[in-house]
Amino acid sequence: MDEITKELLAQTSNLHEIPQGAYNIRKNGQLLARNTTAAIQIVSKTDQDGIDIIIAPNTQNQSVHIPVVITKGGLNDLVYNNFYIGENCDVLIVAGCGIHNDSDQSSTHNGIHTFHIGKNAKVKYVEKHLGLGNNAGAKNLNPTTQIFMEENSSFTMETIQLGGVNYADRKTNATLKAHATLIINEKILTTDQQKALTNFTVELVGDDSKVEVTSRSVAKNQSFQAFNSNIIGKAQCFGHVECDGIISDQAVINSTPQISAQDVNAMLVHEAAIGKISADQMIKLMTLGLTQEQAEAHIISGFLS
Amino acid sequence: MLELQNISYSVRENGVEKNILKNISLIINDHQNVVITGQNGSGKSTLAKIIMGIIQPTSGKIIFNGEDITHLSVTERARKGIAFGFQQPVTFKGLKVRDLLEIILPQNTNCHECCTYLAKVGLCAKDYLERPLDNKLSGGELKRIEIATVLARQAKLNIFDEPEAGIDLWSFDNLVDIFQQQQATNIIISHQHKIIAIADTVVLLNSAKIDKVGTPDEVIKFINTTKQCAKLGGTH
Repeated sequence: MDEITKELLAQTSNLHEIPQGAYNIRKNGQLLARNTTAAIQIVSKTDQDGIDIIIAPNTQNQSVHIPVVITKGGLNDLVYNNFYIGENCDVLIVAGCGIHNDSDQSSTHNGIHTFHIGKNAKVKYVEKHLGLGNNAGAKNLNPTTQIFMEENSSFTMETIQLGGVNYADRKTNATLKAHATLIINEKILTTDQQKALTNFTVELVGDDSKVEVTSRSVAKNQSFQAFNSNIIGKAQCFGHVECDGIISDQAVINSTPQISAQDVNAMLVHEAAIGKISADQMIKLMTLGLTQEQAEAHIISGFLS
Repeated sequence: MLELQNISYSVRENGVEKNILKNISLIINDHQNVVITGQNGSGKSTLAKIIMGIIQPTSGKIIFNGEDITHLSVTERARKGIAFGFQQPVTFKGLKVRDLLEIILPQNTNCHECCTYLAKVGLCAKDYLERPLDNKLSGGELKRIEIATVLARQAKLNIFDEPEAGIDLWSFDNLVDIFQQQQATNIIISHQHKIIAIADTVVLLNSAKIDKVGTPDEVIKFINTTKQCAKLGGTH
């Protein structure tokens, strides 16, 4: 494995060596390495590019890593990954994507992930996105995530854009049955001319289903971000969307949180706040001896941590 | 030693120059507890912020340990040994109590030292180190953490802007003990009789000027004589 691949795997998936347990590493549109376990099967699709990840019922405390790395320009990678998580599972799924593009041609990864979460299953899903390399060739990432949650299941999704991604169009759709809980934490950093679009649509169809969406974004220079969320309550349910953004320079963040209560017992809340770093926060850290630049870095790092 | 030489600060309101502070001159010796008191709007907090560099005076000089710091930044003053406790503690999304203490304390500081400063303000480090510094903390908790960050800096000069505001009675008594035990110089903006009582020197501000400098007894007697007590909100 070359150094660039190692760096991308380390930064996006926290992989410093070949992981234990199940994994599927995809590089430049091809399978690089795969391992399956008795409880976690990974099978290549035959009708389209991608894999099925099948996790047996009652699988506890196991993880699956399915990182994607792209190290060349001019590639438009499209992959369909379907996850079937059995009842009563408790698993971690890590699906980072890193592009290192030193060429003058764009590279794009389109990852279409579909999750079928069985009853009483608990899943933590982490996806980190990173772009590296010179600026001539764009690094584009377009993840689409569809989540179908059975009764009493739980899905925690951490989606993090670490920087260097020229264009990202992130779509997440979820349907929750009774007592299901979905937690989404999104953190996005954009600089220069980068553009990041986010769309969440969550349908709460079962009684006592719950969704919490928290988005924290930092937009610098001339970058642009748009956050759109739509929470639809069709039962006795709870939904909360919180979008916080920090802007500097000539950056723009648009936030459109939409909530639709279609049941008298649906309780939906949205909050959004966008602005520059507060002067009080800067001054507080400067009274501790930090320079203005150090204070700003601390505030942003904490905000996106 | 801190010396304020003819500090003035004015703002323009509706085209009219308004004095917030006018010709404030004061010498504060090392290891003293100095309480600055006065009516609301008398310029106390502005004076504290001017000493820290948060506000630049319109005119005048600030000498700290023989050096003119009038035009130094907040950061530079902090690095020279001035600490500041805000009246309204600042909240941060994402930063934890531990993060603030780690900025202040040396990199190899262990949890025990963090505990020391939190314990001084009556907080258990185990419960608070990993707490985010956001609005989920009560006003009193935030205030005590704010004071802990000032103490952790171990600065030569601590400035506390109404440290008693928002904290409960038990914590208030504890706070008074902290001021008495501190080896540093403390400038405390306060209306509270218990805090005024422990001062080596009390400075009474009134209408942008120093009205009286003296011991607590002298200043309280002056306040009573000049009938400012009602305006001070129950100083005694």
